[in-house]
Amino acid sequence: MNAIRFYTPLFLLVAVWQVAATASLIDAELLPSPVAIVQGLAHLLTGGDLLLHVGVSLYRQMMGLFLAAVIGITLGISMAHVRWVRDVFEPIVRITYPLPKSALIPLLILWFGIGHNSKIFAVFLGCLLPVVVSSFNGTRGVNTQLVWSARSLGTGPVRLLWKIYFRAALPEIMSGLRIALALSYTLLVSSEFLIARAGLGYLIQSLGEGGDYPGMFAGILIVALIGFAADRLYVTFMNRVLRWQDQA
Amino acid sequence: MAGSGIAVGGRAPRTGFRVPGFVRRSASIVVLLLVWEGVGQAGWVDPFLLPVLSDVLIRGYSEIGGGGLLWFACLTLYRTLFAFFIAAAVGVGIGVAMSVSKGARWFWDPIVSFAFPIPKIALLPIFVLWFGVFDVSKITMTAVACIVPIISATHLGTRNIDKYLIWSARALGTSERKLFWKVVVPAALPAILTGLQIAFPITLIVSIVCEMLTGGQGLGGYMIYAARFGESDKVFLGIFFTALIGYVLIEGFAWLRRRLLVWHAETSAPA
Repeated sequence: MNAIRFYTPLFLLVAVWQVAATASLIDAELLPSPVAIVQGLAHLLTGGDLLLHVGVSLYRQMMGLFLAAVIGITLGISMAHVRWVRDVFEPIVRITYPLPKSALIPLLILWFGIGHNSKIFAVFLGCLLPVVVSSFNGTRGVNTQLVWSARSLGTGPVRLLWKIYFRAALPEIMSGLRIALALSYTLLVSSEFLIARAGLGYLIQSLGEGGDYPGMFAGILIVALIGFAADRLYVTFMNRVLRWQDQA
Repeated sequence: MAGSGIAVGGRAPRTGFRVPGFVRRSASIVVLLLVWEGVGQAGWVDPFLLPVLSDVLIRGYSEIGGGGLLWFACLTLYRTLFAFFIAAAVGVGIGVAMSVSKGARWFWDPIVSFAFPIPKIALLPIFVLWFGVFDVSKITMTAVACIVPIISATHLGTRNIDKYLIWSARALGTSERKLFWKVVVPAALPAILTGLQIAFPITLIVSIVCEMLTGGQGLGGYMIYAARFGESDKVFLGIFFTALIGYVLIEGFAWLRRRLLVWHAETSAPA
């Protein structure tokens, strides 16, 4: 209920948009009315292909993000602990950090072709560094008294890593993952716009080229809703996992 | 994870020989570049997939001379910065308005919270439909993509200003106008700058993608054409130049922040 009240201005905007469209104040070619977009959505849903494209896109995005999370957290924590790992990877992280990862998409197309792999790698590379950096900073910022206490109680190195360092760094790791989640959709859609034979980016592109603008807007709406829902779900999950933490 | 090699506490046992700092900071990059050149010269990798480093550099020399690479870099830079400045001006304005006026907060808060997590690049076909494939659609798209973090950081920064600062200034007879420029803006500056720093990499990511998708030269267009014709050395050159632009601008930003916040820390210290 509260959420609905909060989003009132958005609903009002949609209502104004609909009224303006009905009164022919806006060109339906340039901006289809909300009703037309919903019809386009229904058309896509009954047309059959939509679920395939959603599935393909989610598969690519989740694979890329998952790889980035596993490798990024491992690398970030190792960099904080092992001197040589840090010596090797810190310069590489520093020099590749300012590179907008979308610039790598053409290279990934050359290397991996136009199928799944180039998209998965684009998502992976785009998400990797935020996870590495947040894991590294989180692990280094662990309160040393926690470590000393655990060690004086006889905790071994592996348990120390899992029970103390990982847990204490978790808030920072999880906020890094949230940034990565948002980036994953941006890179996914960008690479699917550029060259693909399936996926939501491809769907939007081909509907637009075919002149089906209500369908194109509906496709964009789906991407927006997926991104929004994923973030909300993630924040709920994050708050549950971190419920032991003092809320600032 | 990293099993037995962990030196708990982050301290490696000292060996007799100490490696100087700058060697340690750049060794892995030098090794990487040497390996790249080495495997290329040895013919272990297909030059179509990974052109030899020295060939890329030679190509770079001729491209800068005659291929217009510098001009493309300037175009990308212009589009990125133009979009960024528009987004900064409008975004900071909206963010401040949200903190000052309840009505603005009522209106913008749900829009910002909805727009925050969605991949804004998906809107590009709409902007192309409205504004064509030239600079207007690219710049609009880029500005829209990076404005959201600017608004939310500005709002957070201006909302949470220390009340005592404002009360003290009022008690000393500061006018509302002066209060805004002399107290509110400096106090909010760190948060606003953080928002701009978060937004900047997004600006670059999106403007490169826009150029790839809608052409019109620029580094993005350069790379995607090169990829289509299979000229991988040009793709690498494009990546080098994009990275260079990113590095210079991000470092410039960090420098600007240090400058501005030196001043900020000095002025707010007595309060």
